[in-house]
Amino acid sequence: MGEGWIIFLSMKRTSSIARRRAPPRPLAKLATGIEGFDELSRGGLPRHRISLLVGGPGAGKTVFALQCLVNAVRRDHRSGIFVAFEESARQLIANGATFDWNLAGLPAKKLFFFDAHLSPTLVKAGDFDLTGMLAMLAAKKQQIGAQWIVFDGLDVLLTLLQDPVAEMREIYRIRDWLAQHDLTAIFTAKFGDRTRETSRYGFLEFMVDCIVRFERRQEDRVSTQSIQITKYRGSGYAAAEFPLSFGPSGIEVGAAEPAELAHKAYSERITAGFERLDAMLGGGVYRGSSTLVTGVPGTSKTTLAGKFAEAACRRGERTLFVSYDEAAAQIARNLTSVGIELKPHLDRGLLRMYSARTEGISAEEHLLKLRSLILDFQPRCVVIDPLTAIAKGSNLGAARTVANRLIYMIKESGITLFVTALSETDDPHAESTNLQVSTIADTWIHLSYLVRSGERNRALTIVKSRGTAHSNQVRELVLGKSGPTLTDVYSAGGEVLMGTLRWEKEAEQEVRRTRNRAEFDQRRRELQFAEANTSAKIKALELDLRRQSAELALYSGENEGRGVSSSERETELRRRRSADPLVTAIKKSGNGAAK
Amino acid sequence: MSRRLPKRKASDAEVTTVVLLRLYIAGAAPNSVQAIANLEAICREHLKDGHKLEVVDVLEHPGRAMADGVLVTPSLAKLFPLPAANVVGNLSDRAKVLSALGLKSGTR
Repeated sequence: MGEGWIIFLSMKRTSSIARRRAPPRPLAKLATGIEGFDELSRGGLPRHRISLLVGGPGAGKTVFALQCLVNAVRRDHRSGIFVAFEESARQLIANGATFDWNLAGLPAKKLFFFDAHLSPTLVKAGDFDLTGMLAMLAAKKQQIGAQWIVFDGLDVLLTLLQDPVAEMREIYRIRDWLAQHDLTAIFTAKFGDRTRETSRYGFLEFMVDCIVRFERRQEDRVSTQSIQITKYRGSGYAAAEFPLSFGPSGIEVGAAEPAELAHKAYSERITAGFERLDAMLGGGVYRGSSTLVTGVPGTSKTTLAGKFAEAACRRGERTLFVSYDEAAAQIARNLTSVGIELKPHLDRGLLRMYSARTEGISAEEHLLKLRSLILDFQPRCVVIDPLTAIAKGSNLGAARTVANRLIYMIKESGITLFVTALSETDDPHAESTNLQVSTIADTWIHLSYLVRSGERNRALTIVKSRGTAHSNQVRELVLGKSGPTLTDVYSAGGEVLMGTLRWEKEAEQEVRRTRNRAEFDQRRRELQFAEANTSAKIKALELDLRRQSAELALYSGENEGRGVSSSERETELRRRRSADPLVTAIKKSGNGAAK
Repeated sequence: MSRRLPKRKASDAEVTTVVLLRLYIAGAAPNSVQAIANLEAICREHLKDGHKLEVVDVLEHPGRAMADGVLVTPSLAKLFPLPAANVVGNLSDRAKVLSALGLKSGTR
C-alpha cells in the first residue's frame, strides 16, 4: 500500500511539471450552457480537464452532467459520451424525458450512452482494471469525435474495486487516459458524508481541477437545492452557495446578479397610479423600471398596486397582477370600494390576475410559475402583491436570490414592475433586513401609519426614485370613493398632523383665511375711501389753483392797463388842470433814476 | 448481459459437453496476463473433458467488446452450457470462478 502511494504521488508530480512547462495562457473553458452556472464559473468547466460533481443522492449531479452534454450537442454541435456506472442508459433517457432535451431523438453519434452499470450479481474473482473499458471508449471517441465525457457514479465503480490502492490506480488511469485524448471530463460521485468520505477520496478532490458541490436540504417541509463551486484551479469563481432549481430545460442556477446588467433604459414616463403621486415622483415612473411599495399590513399597498394596474390597463397595456394568499376575485371586489375597477379589464383580457397559495411552495417554484406566466401572457406591466410572500415556503437566503432574479428577469424583458413588500415594523429601513429588494428597486415608496389623537392615518414617503427629482415630503394617503389621493400634511410644533388633526388645522386655516380676507377688504375699502378723499382734496385744490392763477394772470394784465391809463389819465388830468408840465417831467426823471 | 450462443459452436457442443468460454483481456495489462494464466490452470485441472476458450483482446477489438457488453477487463464469460455466467477480475480467486462456472471445486 505504501508503495502504491509513492508511485502515484510521483505520477502526479511529473504530469504537473509537464503541464507547467506549457506557455502561460488563460485557462480554456467550455460553456455548460446551464443558466447561471457559466456566470458563477466565469465561463464554464475547464477544457481538457476534469471536473468533479459531488453531492448526495437526488442533488442534481447526473442531471447537471447530462445537461452539459445535451447543451454541447445542441448549441455547439460537440458530441459527447456518457458513461453510466449507476443507472442504465434506458433509465437515464426516461429520467431526462421530463426536460425538453429530446434525449431519445439525439443520434448516438452525437450523444453516446455507455452502459457501464455493473450488475450487483456480478462475480468478482480477483483484481480487475479499466484498461479494456478505456480502449472501448477511445474507439468510440475516435468514431464520433467526442469532446465531452461524463463518468457518472464513479463511487459505484470505486465500491466494486473494494481496494483503496486499486481505486486510486484506476482513477489515475482514467485521468491519464483523458489527458491523452484531449477530453473535457465530468466525474460525478455520491459523497454524502463529507467528513468521512472526503478523507477516503481526498486524492480525487486533489487530482481534479474543478469541484462543484450539490446539496439538498429539507427546510420547513420544502426541499431546497443548492450548488457551490469549492475549487477551480487556475480560475476565479463565485464561491458562494447558490440556489438550484429544475426548469423545463433542466437545471437553473440562481446567480445572485447577472455579470452584466443590460436592461434597456427607457426615458418614457408612465403614471404610478394617480396624479399627485406622479407629481411627487417628478412625473411618474420610468417605463421598464421597478417600483417597490413597503409598509406594515393595512397601509393600502394593495390599493396602490391596484391603482397602478388600472392605470396600465387604461393605457391599453397588458397587465399581470400576481397576488399571494388572497383570491383574485376578492382583491378586485375590495378595490372597487376605493373606486378601482379591474373587472372590465379582466373581462377584456387585458388584465390577468393570478393568485397562488404560498404554504409549502418554494421560492424557486414561484419563480418558475411566474416566468411561464410572463412568457405566456407577454404583459407590459407586472404587479406582484406582496413579493415577500414568496419567502414563506423557503429559507430567506433562497427567497432573496429568487426575488432578485425575478426583478432582473422582468426588467430584462422591459416590463414595468410594481411590487409590494410587507415590512414587519413601521421603520422603512427594516425592509432592508428582509428580502433586500429595496436596493435593486428603482423607486421605493414607503407607507406608514401615524397615530395621533386616537387616529391612524396613512403616510406616504418616497424613499428613493432613481433618475427623478422626487419630492422628499411626507404626504397623507387618503382613500376616497374615487380612489386614493394624497394631501399635504401640516407640521405644527415639530409634529406632523394628519386625519382629523389635519382637518382641524385646515378648518382653522380656512377661518383665518376668511377673517384675513374680511380684514383685507375692510382695509382696502378704507384705503379706497382715503384715496378718494385725497383725490377729491387734490381736485378742490387744483380748482383753487387754477382760479388763483387765472386771477393772477388777469391781475397782471389789468395792472399794466391800469398803469398806462393812470398815467394817461394823470396827463389828461394835468392837462385839464393845466398843471406845470416841468414838475411832471422832473418827477418822471426822478422815477427813472430810482429805477 | 446475456450472451448470444454462436450456432456453429452450439452444434459442436452437442457431441460432448464442451464448455465454451470467452475471456476478454486488455493487451499485456498485468491483470489480463494473470487472468490468462489462472484460467488456463483452471481449465487444465477442472475442464479436462473438453472446453473451448476464446481470448478477445479488447485493445484490438474494442467495437466487438462493446457490442458484447464488456465493461472491465479481464472479464470471463461462460457461454455454454447454460446458464450463462460472467466473472470479472484476474481469476485469482479460484473458488469463486469455479462456483460461477458451475464446477465444484476440488472435484475432477
